[in-house]
Amino acid sequence: MTYEGWITACEEEDIEEEDVIRFDYGDRTFAIYRSAKNEYFATDGYCTHEKFHLADGLVMGNHIECPKHNGRFDYTTGEAKRAPVCQALKTYPLKQESGLIWIRIN
Amino acid sequence: MSNYGMVIIGAGETGARAAVELRSLGWTGKITLIGEEAHAPYERPPLSKPTLLEEHNPSPAYILDNKQLEEHRIELMKGCKAVSIDKNNHSVQLENGQNINYERLLLATGAQPRRLSIPLSGSQSRFDTSSVLYLRSFGDALSLRRRLEPGKRVVIIGGGFIGLEVAASARECGCEVTVIEAGPRILMRGVPEAIAAIVDARHRSAGVQFKLGVGIAGISSSGGESIITLINGETLACDALIAGIGAIPETALAAASGLAIENGISVDEKLATSDPNIFAAGDCCSFPHPLYGGMRIRLEAWRNAQDQGTHVAGSMLGAKEAYAAVPWFWSDQYDLTLQVSGLQGIGTTTVHRTLGSSGDLFFHLTDERTLAAASGIGGPGIAKDIRLAEMLIASKAVLDPDALARPDVKLKVLLKG
Ligand SMILES: Cc1cc2nc3c(=O)[nH]c(=O)nc-3n(C[C@H](O)[C@H](O)[C@H](O)COP(=O)(O)OP(=O)(O)OC[C@H]3O[C@@H](n4cnc5c(N)ncnc54)[C@H](O)[C@@H]3O)c2cc1C
Ligand code: FES
Repeated sequence: MTYEGWITACEEEDIEEEDVIRFDYGDRTFAIYRSAKNEYFATDGYCTHEKFHLADGLVMGNHIECPKHNGRFDYTTGEAKRAPVCQALKTYPLKQESGLIWIRIN
Repeated sequence: MSNYGMVIIGAGETGARAAVELRSLGWTGKITLIGEEAHAPYERPPLSKPTLLEEHNPSPAYILDNKQLEEHRIELMKGCKAVSIDKNNHSVQLENGQNINYERLLLATGAQPRRLSIPLSGSQSRFDTSSVLYLRSFGDALSLRRRLEPGKRVVIIGGGFIGLEVAASARECGCEVTVIEAGPRILMRGVPEAIAAIVDARHRSAGVQFKLGVGIAGISSSGGESIITLINGETLACDALIAGIGAIPETALAAASGLAIENGISVDEKLATSDPNIFAAGDCCSFPHPLYGGMRIRLEAWRNAQDQGTHVAGSMLGAKEAYAAVPWFWSDQYDLTLQVSGLQGIGTTTVHRTLGSSGDLFFHLTDERTLAAASGIGGPGIAKDIRLAEMLIASKAVLDPDALARPDVKLKVLLKG
């Protein structure tokens, strides 16, 4: 379902607290996070170092750690936080409505 | 000595990270990075995987490009070999005759592949090792990839990580591949038997042949073909012969200048050598690990190289903290990912947890039921749990083996106690 450029990514309850899931849309892939404070965020799905799905990584506080070489990003801002990643992640606006998570990806 | 800078010998993973970190920590003086290789620092892990498989001419995966070197004001001296150190005068001599003065010196000289040795005279064996290939540098990878044409017969001596990664890549290139391992199974070092069995089965299903528990009696070569004779009398002919039989820390420079050596350049918990102005880090050093009762270990792993590079920069600037990161490494073969954190050999019991189609985890517990190591094999899904296990190892929490075995008990919950 889409409106005004927003698409539904998942239900709020699909993501556990302080965790991440992968969301694919067409040929694009995203990572959607739920923080320990129950806030939701979205970033590009692939690490900027090599093409690995960040959703297989570990969420700790505001950080997502890449499963491949443990590079780290702040998923709330996309900022690169630890080598070997140096390029920031793209982030996307999210909103919660009727128990659903909406993401605007363009 | 105010004009003396920070000098790093070895422009690999460790050297590159240390140079960048020295800047991040506020060092404003000179930083000189001396490297024997013709390249700027590059990543080695891809050498046994994508570099061998890429269709077109591969290039190294650089850790630091010219722009970054410039930005951090790191002077890279490529193709320069350091040949001696004068500790009293704080200087390093290069092969080209130049002298470089240092305020603090870092040895990040890495390791070299162990060479197949020629048996002692008097033995019946004949070892012609001139045709044997090794894999450590980008140049080695280029020589190797030229030989991995479809249908070529490839023999790999050594069923360790490098040998097996090359075996997987060679199969993917369409070569006929045989791995010879003197031990009773592959991956004798560092992973439990159950994981070795999964890796073994995956290689066999890909068509790799194994000769396990058998040594080599002789090697001869002629006209581009090598003939390997095994101790049991069997012979194997091949078009490419690769040895992956371990690595030896590069300590020559350190030893010649009188620094303490003990399975690598011996450093203390801050990574300082027996000379307080000289440090060593990465594959070339052995260090006491606080997590394992100060046991001296040496690691050959990418993350350790990074983390020690980062840590030693602090020590060079006077920080006193001990390096205490939990050991961690990964290996990729085909679609299989293997990750190990901790030191498996310290564990006395092993607990298995299945992650279904995502893979398998093995927890290695000490007699006190703290976690010594965890190893995982399968898809990328194992990474999260291995990372959490690493935190459990560092926490020294006493764990319930039943909870570790149950997939529904989250490691995050165990960590929070
Ligand atoms: C093929 C391959 C695959 C690997 N795959 C993995 C993997 O999947 N996972 C993992 O965890 N680890 C892996 N590793 C290990 C990892 O790459 C190493 O642990 C890491 O490179 C060590 O970094 P280092 O800086 O200590 O040494 P190195 O990277 O070896 O760098 C040392 C550098 O010092 C230079 N040098 C030495 N002596 C001198 C001198 N006298 N003067 C000037 N320069 C000198 C050398 O030429 C070299 O460039 C792999 C290694 C190889 C070779
Ligand atoms: S792929 Fe993410 S850190 Fe390397």
